[in-house]
Amino acid sequence: MSLTLLNVIVAVVIAIAFAALNAAYLVWAERRGAARIQRRPGPNINGPFGLFQPPLDGIKLMAKQLTIPGGADKILFMVAPVLAMAPAILSFVTIPFSENIVAQDINVGVLMIFAFASIGGMSLLLAGWSSRNKYSMMSCVRAVSQAIAYEIPMLITAITVVMITGTTDLMGIVHSQMGGIWHWNIFPFKAGLFNPLMLMSFLIFFTCSLAETNRAPFDLGEAESELVAGFHTEYGSMGFGLFFMGEYANIVIGASLTTILFLGGWDSPFAYFPGVWWFLLKVYMLIATFIWIRWTFPRTTIYGLLNLSWKILIPLSLFNLLLTAGLLKVF
Amino acid sequence: MGAYFNEIFSGLWSLLVGMGITFREFFSPVVTVQYPYQTLKMTDRFRGHIELIEGEDGTPNCVVCGMCEKACPSNCISLSGEKPEGAKKKELTKYQLDFTKCSLCGSCVESCKFNAIEFSKEYNLASTRKEDFYFDLLQRLKDRNP
Repeated sequence: MSLTLLNVIVAVVIAIAFAALNAAYLVWAERRGAARIQRRPGPNINGPFGLFQPPLDGIKLMAKQLTIPGGADKILFMVAPVLAMAPAILSFVTIPFSENIVAQDINVGVLMIFAFASIGGMSLLLAGWSSRNKYSMMSCVRAVSQAIAYEIPMLITAITVVMITGTTDLMGIVHSQMGGIWHWNIFPFKAGLFNPLMLMSFLIFFTCSLAETNRAPFDLGEAESELVAGFHTEYGSMGFGLFFMGEYANIVIGASLTTILFLGGWDSPFAYFPGVWWFLLKVYMLIATFIWIRWTFPRTTIYGLLNLSWKILIPLSLFNLLLTAGLLKVF
Repeated sequence: MGAYFNEIFSGLWSLLVGMGITFREFFSPVVTVQYPYQTLKMTDRFRGHIELIEGEDGTPNCVVCGMCEKACPSNCISLSGEKPEGAKKKELTKYQLDFTKCSLCGSCVESCKFNAIEFSKEYNLASTRKEDFYFDLLQRLKDRNP
């Protein structure tokens, strides 16, 4: 596929549309899901099952005035929400939804997504720093220490997968897992490699993607009860809207990456009918688990969060990295 | 080392237990009531403001003895009646309740020997003017059965 300007524009437009649609309707799903868990009906006034709620919320946000607090760093303040949204959309470009549906297959896809994920962390730092608000400041310090603590085990588990598959190309990673559920990286039955700890690696990766996307129980960056709303305290209007959409787009990215690295991408568990629906099914199952987890657990403390990363996730993921390396050498 | 893994496994198990609880709740029926659209039936012992009881002929049971007026510790109730020509008993002409002072103690209902007043189940009372809480109970009785 040659990368003409038109191709790029179409790909980006589709990525934006997909991200925005997902962001809007994941908010709806989250609110309905949260309500059901708390045995409430949730939004049900606007349209059937409250389905018109997200577009109406969007209109409300766009109609509001964008205020910049006095003494804030104007440029950084305006840049931060864009920086939250843009990397998430760009990450969609390289995600393979199926054999044929991928905007641009890059042979360093894993690296690219992790690089963009770090930029997402940067947007929180900029937002908190430029707001000139002490709660935002505290929030961004927390968010950065969290991002550093959780990117390490996430990358180590990703490296484990890359070592097994021998490629950083997302397409190639999925191809190496084709052929039924027992070929997926989450299970230890791969021919020539019987690593019993891959399920643990999957759990580590999933936990880290929860933390990377600042989701509860790791949402210390926007701890409402302590820090007002954290880094987006001073944002209203579409500034807040972009942060919100960026968060949900990041959730989709995180779930897609987990699917690709561990759950065989678009491969079907029965070895036939592979296709985009399997990919979407797996992604939305993971997102449902994200929502389920958010409405089950209370927020951790910052100490609990850092202890979990440095004392448990990093040693275990390092151990699995070494074990995988050893097994690859032996078999 | 054993304690380290023990902590991990017991922690993971407790997380799964928690998720099991929310999973069950997710599929349980909704318990909240969508208030303006749905309302609950008030319980038997709920005390709203008092309301007159009518007899079988549609007129109030009240014989204007004034016991409720005397029993009221806050002087909320003021009633008057007159005896029309040829009638056996007095007829109620005015029954005024000042609900702003009423504390729903129930002395008036207890003191009534003629089963003429009861607590209503009315709880949708909200207003910005206190005049809205001076109830003309006789008028309310007439409005109930036009």
